[in-house]
Amino acid sequence: MIAYARQFQQMAARYTADLRHRGLIQRALKGYETKRDEYKGRFQNWSQARQAASEIKWEAINRLDRYLTEFITKLEARGTHAFVAGNAAQARDYITGVAKKNNVRSIIKSKSMTAEEIELNEALEHAGCTVFESDLGEYIVQLRREKPYHLVFPAMHLTRGEISQLFRDELGSTPTDNPEELTMIARRVMRKNYCSADMGISGANFAVAETGMISITENEGNARLSTSLPKIHVALVGIEKIVPRLEDLALFLPMLAIAGAGQPLTCYNTLYGGPRQPGECDGPEQFHVVLLDNRRTELLADAEQRDALHCIRCGACLNVCPIFRNVGGHTYGTTYQGPIGSVITPHLRGLQNWKHLPSASSLCGACTEACPVGIDLHHHLLQNRRNAAQDKPSLPEKILYAGYVFVMRRPALYRLSAKLTRIFFPLHGMIKKTPLDPLRAWTRTRDFPAPAEQSFHAYWKKRIPERKTPHAAN
Amino acid sequence: MPPTDQRAEVFSRIREALRRAAPHRHAPSPPGAIPGPGDGPPAANTFRNWLPAVGPSPDEQFALFASHCAQLRTELHILSSLDEAAGQLALLARENSWRRIATHRHALALPPAEKLALPTLITNEGYAVPDLEQCHAAITGCDALVAQTGSILVSSGSAGGRALSVLPPHHIVIAQRGQIVPDLAAALSLARERYAPGWPSFLSFITGPSRTGDIERILVLGAHGPKRLTVLIVP
Repeated sequence: MIAYARQFQQMAARYTADLRHRGLIQRALKGYETKRDEYKGRFQNWSQARQAASEIKWEAINRLDRYLTEFITKLEARGTHAFVAGNAAQARDYITGVAKKNNVRSIIKSKSMTAEEIELNEALEHAGCTVFESDLGEYIVQLRREKPYHLVFPAMHLTRGEISQLFRDELGSTPTDNPEELTMIARRVMRKNYCSADMGISGANFAVAETGMISITENEGNARLSTSLPKIHVALVGIEKIVPRLEDLALFLPMLAIAGAGQPLTCYNTLYGGPRQPGECDGPEQFHVVLLDNRRTELLADAEQRDALHCIRCGACLNVCPIFRNVGGHTYGTTYQGPIGSVITPHLRGLQNWKHLPSASSLCGACTEACPVGIDLHHHLLQNRRNAAQDKPSLPEKILYAGYVFVMRRPALYRLSAKLTRIFFPLHGMIKKTPLDPLRAWTRTRDFPAPAEQSFHAYWKKRIPERKTPHAAN
Repeated sequence: MPPTDQRAEVFSRIREALRRAAPHRHAPSPPGAIPGPGDGPPAANTFRNWLPAVGPSPDEQFALFASHCAQLRTELHILSSLDEAAGQLALLARENSWRRIATHRHALALPPAEKLALPTLITNEGYAVPDLEQCHAAITGCDALVAQTGSILVSSGSAGGRALSVLPPHHIVIAQRGQIVPDLAAALSLARERYAPGWPSFLSFITGPSRTGDIERILVLGAHGPKRLTVLIVP
């Protein structure tokens, strides 16, 4: 078995048995669900809004060359450096290059999953820079030297007690179980960093083609501070973040907030259209926008699953997914967790290495229903399973199915095998759950149904012996 | 050696990928609702039919804005003149023992701020970040107030730069009642009329004081930005 799949199974087994973890996640998501439904209910028509959002992203993605060209032209016209990176290494090299050229020592970063995807912090630290994650949740997981647990709520798996202990160990702060006091500890630390940082790094939630602006959604104000005070701002943006027009945000901003966080609108929704312009009193002298492909064009080439690029990274599909809620975010071992991660990771990081993710699904469709841009997530999971099997068929499975077909085509053989099963089944009890048991993967945690005492054929013959059916006559 | 821009390669991969058409996932919409595939995506003015309803009259819109402020914990004061706003500001200054404030040259923000007779940082000609960081309050104008969401639209011009409205712990916005617009689409259109093509480098919708829920999803105000947001409305 592939190492990624083995790790997934081991961690999933551990987390599903961890009742404390399950309680924590369920409690954290309970309030979200109530609020999300309340604010959805305030829409005059959520489903039509969702359809419109889907159509707008369809337009953007299916005419990506046109809108991306427009976006880059508008950006450059106002003094922004646009760089198109084909893969993660090129994006990392460009950003570390900007840092070196400007003698950057200290970097303040606002939350960006795309930066996680290309492991930007490691590259910058290797180049001699210090990177501070400014989003509270990201800062907590950075101090723990851990990956984000959830693409929107990075520290969702931790209790205030654990965070207090962490702050005491790492920052020497006084222990407290008051979330407000804990937040203020991080606020005080980060204030110094905003003022002294040489460079700010952010992601983007949307890239507006028409006006050449990026849009950043946040609650804390850390992205605004990271992009206001340092003299350089670098934004790392996936090429799929495009929306055609400025007014499209009037639809996407509230939908992102409701689906993602159960808020009517997040606290700050900010548009950045360039470095400091003539007549402006602050803002960075340099603004770099790095547009990242990193195999997104491979997903684009798959017309069947192209709509996975409509994703606005709200995390709604994670929040409702029964698998995510039981196995937790770290089990996936990917940048993007949950259903959307299981759809796109096989495209971004290799189908055969990650084909176990689409199988870790009950196909209940809760993700598809929750998605604010209507991505057909659970069908894409099925398509990934199909593609993985077609691409590299498994020999044991092939033998098994060939044997099944052989038996099913021969009624006498079928009846004989059914008889043998009834005779030998009681013996299964002796090896059940032991390494000798061929059904061990199933029987370890579940019962295996015993065969019926007699087949339907036998039952029917006995019940109406006088009536000869044509089939029985044969 | 700096990496070379991969623009040509990435664009050729995009064009190659798009040679196969993707299906539209959604059933055709009811007639008149939104244009179908091929007619382009729905226009912004049709969003209004689906987003939360906003009343047509300015009074209804203002009442909606006020109810959002209450939920968001934005402190809203409706005043009858700019002098009264100055009085309200003086009250806030006394209650919170401000010793140093920051503002910018703005017809609504500067005159009442000057009446406080406190050491005042004016950001227009540039400022040192540590000086702004020491201010107890920031007083700014804005571009628009959004009824549908209780948001305040600010820009580099209307709010004295990027940092003034986010670095000090208390942000006070002075706005006119007539600055209310029904929704986000109207606010964006207003910004377009006012600025395009000479857009400011910064535009932001501020919706309540800074907040976080990163610790056990419990709401805490004042994460990194202002802990308090006060809106003073003048006629």
